[in-house]
Amino acid sequence: MSAMTMDGDFGTKKPVDRNTHSKPGAEVAAEPAKETKMEKTATLPAPVAGTPFGEKLAAFGRAVLPPTLGMLILLCLWYVATMKGGSIPGPAQTWEAAKVLFADPFYRNGPNDQGIGWNILSSLQRVGIGFGFAAVVGIPLGFILGRSKFLADMVNPIISLLRPVSPLAWLPIGLLVFKKADPAATYTIFICSIWPMIMNTAQGVQRVPQDYLNVARVLALSEWKVVTKILFPAVLPYILTGIRLSIGTAWLVIVAAEMLTGGVGIGFWVWDEWNNLKVEHIIIAIFVIGIVGLILEQSLILLAKKLTKESS
Amino acid sequence: MEKFVQIERVGQTFDTKKGKFVALRDIDLTIRKGEFIALIGHSGCGKSTLLNLIAGLTLPTTGVLLLEDREIGGPGPERAVVFQNHSLLPWLTCFENVYLAVERVFGAKEGKAKLKERTAAAINLVGLDHASAKYPHEISGGMKQRVGIARALSMEPKVLLMDEPFGALDALTRAKLQDELMKICEATKATTVMVTHDVDEAVLLSDRIVMMTNGPAATIGEILEVNLPRPRQRLTLAHDPAYIDYRAAVLEFLYEKQAHVEKIAA
Repeated sequence: MSAMTMDGDFGTKKPVDRNTHSKPGAEVAAEPAKETKMEKTATLPAPVAGTPFGEKLAAFGRAVLPPTLGMLILLCLWYVATMKGGSIPGPAQTWEAAKVLFADPFYRNGPNDQGIGWNILSSLQRVGIGFGFAAVVGIPLGFILGRSKFLADMVNPIISLLRPVSPLAWLPIGLLVFKKADPAATYTIFICSIWPMIMNTAQGVQRVPQDYLNVARVLALSEWKVVTKILFPAVLPYILTGIRLSIGTAWLVIVAAEMLTGGVGIGFWVWDEWNNLKVEHIIIAIFVIGIVGLILEQSLILLAKKLTKESS
Repeated sequence: MEKFVQIERVGQTFDTKKGKFVALRDIDLTIRKGEFIALIGHSGCGKSTLLNLIAGLTLPTTGVLLLEDREIGGPGPERAVVFQNHSLLPWLTCFENVYLAVERVFGAKEGKAKLKERTAAAINLVGLDHASAKYPHEISGGMKQRVGIARALSMEPKVLLMDEPFGALDALTRAKLQDELMKICEATKATTVMVTHDVDEAVLLSDRIVMMTNGPAATIGEILEVNLPRPRQRLTLAHDPAYIDYRAAVLEFLYEKQAHVEKIAA
């Protein structure tokens, strides 16, 4: 059961991965600029130097052109769709609103009127806390379930039952237990982050190659050495995948949870702006949520690459 | 004859979904100190099972295995294993892989400098000084297998157990490593048990070749004493009538007396 759902998750994440490949493009972008400067200062540009420059330009084009074109088409469609007026603002209108909004992102006029910066930060804080608790509980639990078949058989049906439940269904329970909106939202994040963490860690532990464990047995390594030298490095890539999957879900869920609980937060802000009928702010929020989610995901992919490069 | 490793009436039965599977029965074998034994037989004859029993990775269903008159009750560093697929930890460098073993065996008695010295010496023994700081994925299959051998030797084991150590290598690399192994075994006087399905390898390296019958319920069919003088040279041996006879004897056992594997497959 778990293997199938895992694959499904990987499948949906793939398109995001593609964006990593365009990242090096951004690094390349600086270099052609340098080269053009050099060409201007040099009196006689050597003919040989032209070829690598041409190649670089072509590589740069290949890396940057498709995403830029995609963005432009999106903007055009948006522009065309909103050209005739109506309730949804066009790109220009939204841009103007964004300029005003981001001119002062950290103002405070009472609890229900704060800058967009504060809203993003408080959402991130909730995700961070809920997610941190989930990691602290989920990763060791995953280790235990991965090592003991009996416990895994005991707990797996419970996980299978609870995992498909929308985290928002847990929100009333959270409100009931914590009596406050803020911890209830954090608790919702905890619930939705913990499943991928447990399952990926457990799967990683189960997939530690028997050969490595045989090495440990022949060397008669201490339990501490087995965990630090063999189990943890072997499971690390799986743990990181679990973290990446759960932070993605957590960021999805926080917006919805905050809409329901209120307070300060990007989700609440969207809802508030809807009540104020500031639709351009809602569109800005959509972009902001997307960008923050992208940054979270990409930084985790980067971290995973760095750590697994060291360990593979 | 000095009895170093004693295997007495050992049988191994596995519980499978289809019921009990008898892998080995009635194994009796005594290994002298410093002897090189090759276990040869067709696939599925239980030669790796026998090696795992000596390693202590599995325990026998019947019978008993002794090392220096003490029962083998589990795996331990005095019986080092060179695994078929090298089994190096990919997140440790070659040096660290060997060091892990050295530290385990000598860490209680010796200081860090001495442990590092031992590790370097073991890596030097297999001629990999230059690759010591590399990770396993940065070196070739033959080099990985050499690190595996260095790891096993660094523990100064009483018995060196090798499970088809060169099976996954190309013929040239295999020949080179066989020559190296011969030198190392002569220098260290290591008692070695090697699982192989390569007839030339068995004759070239062994003092005795233990030929196993086909499974299920495999046992020792014949034991061939190889009385070729050491050091052995593969090129001179190729024309040596005694070598050719030994080779023929093993081939005859495998392909005439124990040929029914092919019949079942066909």
